[in-house]
Amino acid sequence: MALIENTPAAIDAVERRSLFERIPAAYWLVGFVLLVMPTFASPFVLFQIFGWTFILGIIALSLMFLGGYGGMVSLAQMTFAGSAGYMLAIFGPSAITDISMNWPWYIAIPLALALAVLFGTLTGWLAVRTAGIYTIMITLAIAAAFFYFTRQNYTIFNGFSGFNGVLPPKLFGVDWRGSTAFYYLTLFWATLCYFAVLYLSRSPFGLALQGVRDNQRRMSALGYNANAHRVAAYAFAALLAGIGGILLTWQSAQISPGTAGIGPAIDILVIAVIGGLRHPVGAFIGAFIYVILKTFALDALVAVGLSGERFQLLIGLGFLVIVFWSPDGILGLWAKWRDSRGKDPLRDRGGDTP
Amino acid sequence: MNAPAKVSDRLSATGTANALELRNVSKYFGALAALEDINITVRPGERRAVLGSNGAGKTTLFNCVTGDFLATTGNIRFFGEDISEFPPHERIRRGLRRTYQISLLFTGLSVRDNIYLSCVGVSRRRFSFLRPRRDDALMAAADNLVDVVHLTDDRDTLVSNLSYGQQRQLEIAMALAGAPRFILFDEPAAGLSPTERRELVDILNGLPGHMGYIIIEHDMDVALRVAESVTMMHNGRIFKEGKPAEIEEDPEVQALYLGGDDG
Ligand SMILES: Nc1ncnc2c1ncn2[C@@H]1O[C@H](COP(=O)(O)OP(=O)(O)O)[C@@H](O)[C@H]1O
Ligand SMILES: [Mg+2]
Repeated sequence: MALIENTPAAIDAVERRSLFERIPAAYWLVGFVLLVMPTFASPFVLFQIFGWTFILGIIALSLMFLGGYGGMVSLAQMTFAGSAGYMLAIFGPSAITDISMNWPWYIAIPLALALAVLFGTLTGWLAVRTAGIYTIMITLAIAAAFFYFTRQNYTIFNGFSGFNGVLPPKLFGVDWRGSTAFYYLTLFWATLCYFAVLYLSRSPFGLALQGVRDNQRRMSALGYNANAHRVAAYAFAALLAGIGGILLTWQSAQISPGTAGIGPAIDILVIAVIGGLRHPVGAFIGAFIYVILKTFALDALVAVGLSGERFQLLIGLGFLVIVFWSPDGILGLWAKWRDSRGKDPLRDRGGDTP
Repeated sequence: MNAPAKVSDRLSATGTANALELRNVSKYFGALAALEDINITVRPGERRAVLGSNGAGKTTLFNCVTGDFLATTGNIRFFGEDISEFPPHERIRRGLRRTYQISLLFTGLSVRDNIYLSCVGVSRRRFSFLRPRRDDALMAAADNLVDVVHLTDDRDTLVSNLSYGQQRQLEIAMALAGAPRFILFDEPAAGLSPTERRELVDILNGLPGHMGYIIIEHDMDVALRVAESVTMMHNGRIFKEGKPAEIEEDPEVQALYLGGDDG
């Protein structure tokens, strides 16, 4: 069972080793490559491929947290991200000066995140009363409602065209939409969110969430309010999604109803499932595959004489193949391969299995 | 609400109240009456055994007290407070605990972490985002309970790797987490070896005097050694209550229960 990787006792054993020993080689390697990436990668790769991967990864991570640890599948994560993006455009600066308040970033960003968390909490409050397919339906309904509402409302959300010119602040005199700066900005937040989820998974809150996932009745008999834990998980997941949504809005410098439409909502689910829900790293693996496909599949298809429209079909087929072969996504495939090799490079404790 | 009622409510919520008081509790599953018109009073610190053949409604009784199921009718008071409508976790937080007849454990966790989770559940750290530190008080409490149920050597063993008897002991440790005021043990001795039974009796007898409990137990020998009063159940009803000796000698009981069909 998944709880195994999160045991405080295991942490205790691990923490007796030094920080250096505790971090497996794979982390050092990946960390190093990511840090020096701007020295050899093109601006397009930095901004479009990796920037986008990190952003979608953060939003998919919010779903991984809910699904993997909480056993809840939400289709509203992109909606929380989109709501944060909209709030940023409304409270901060944008080209739509009639609506945007142009407040400073240190007010606009926390406000945007707080409202996304509030939105997520309310959604969670509704969704935890249901299970399985009904949770998916409720969150899908919320995603659809948000999409149509933003498209029809012109006084606050500026309707069909949304907001453009939503730019990050020139903090420290840096243009944060420059390819290298944006790369490091998104890398920083992706790393922070990733380790926050890892850390949280072994906190009392994270453990309790996994306990509720595995046996709600037992948890109630231990004094836990199962639904309160689920709602809190939605709130935290909405915070992650909100961070992703703000970065996403800065990347394209705009936000419109399509950003958080039904298509993108489902894409997040696809990304999380392709990567695998059993470990936070799955969200980023899934996001990377998605971005690569979305960026190059079109050219590749045209090159072999097929219509570029087939791109969605390709993603769909890939999704089918992965889900068919390994319900745990790429991570599941990895785990199978690792088991056959008897090594454990992904888990942050190396081979230190209890 | 008028003032006198409030005062009496508050009075009964303090030390003078009974640990557990069931008034006319019934539980129906469709047309089946699993419990019918149950009245039980247990004083604080009292230790009571519940006996009865399979299907008598003993586990259902526990489920109604803990809120795993809501009773169809009737009223349940815990240390004077009406808990009839409370969700399970609210009852647990008031000092009620239980074990399950069929162990409900987190098999992917170690022994210690199962108990740690139990300790956190009745503490204020349920929502803590901070991982336990090495000097964590709750972790120390968990370690202590590991010792109480003689699982010290298996502290870090995964629950799925424990023997059946050890899993039963772990169930008990999880019920002892926090500061229980009253515990419901659902057949903790079932399936245990004679040695394990003796250990169980020692654990129960070693509990602090103020900790009352109800234990469901088929084995009269065990029941006699851990309880000072006995309640006999049959077909969802209570049909005898008394001291163990009285119950043992009662001809009706002997005919019905000790006379053979103790399933
Ligand atoms: N969840 C349930 N749904 C339907 N019937 C149940 C349920 N739980 C118990 N029962 C029925 O209630 C009766 C009492 O069961 P139970 O309390 O488990 O008996 P005991 O623990 O004394 O062996 C039995 O007839 C059983 O089939
Ligand atoms: Mg039973």
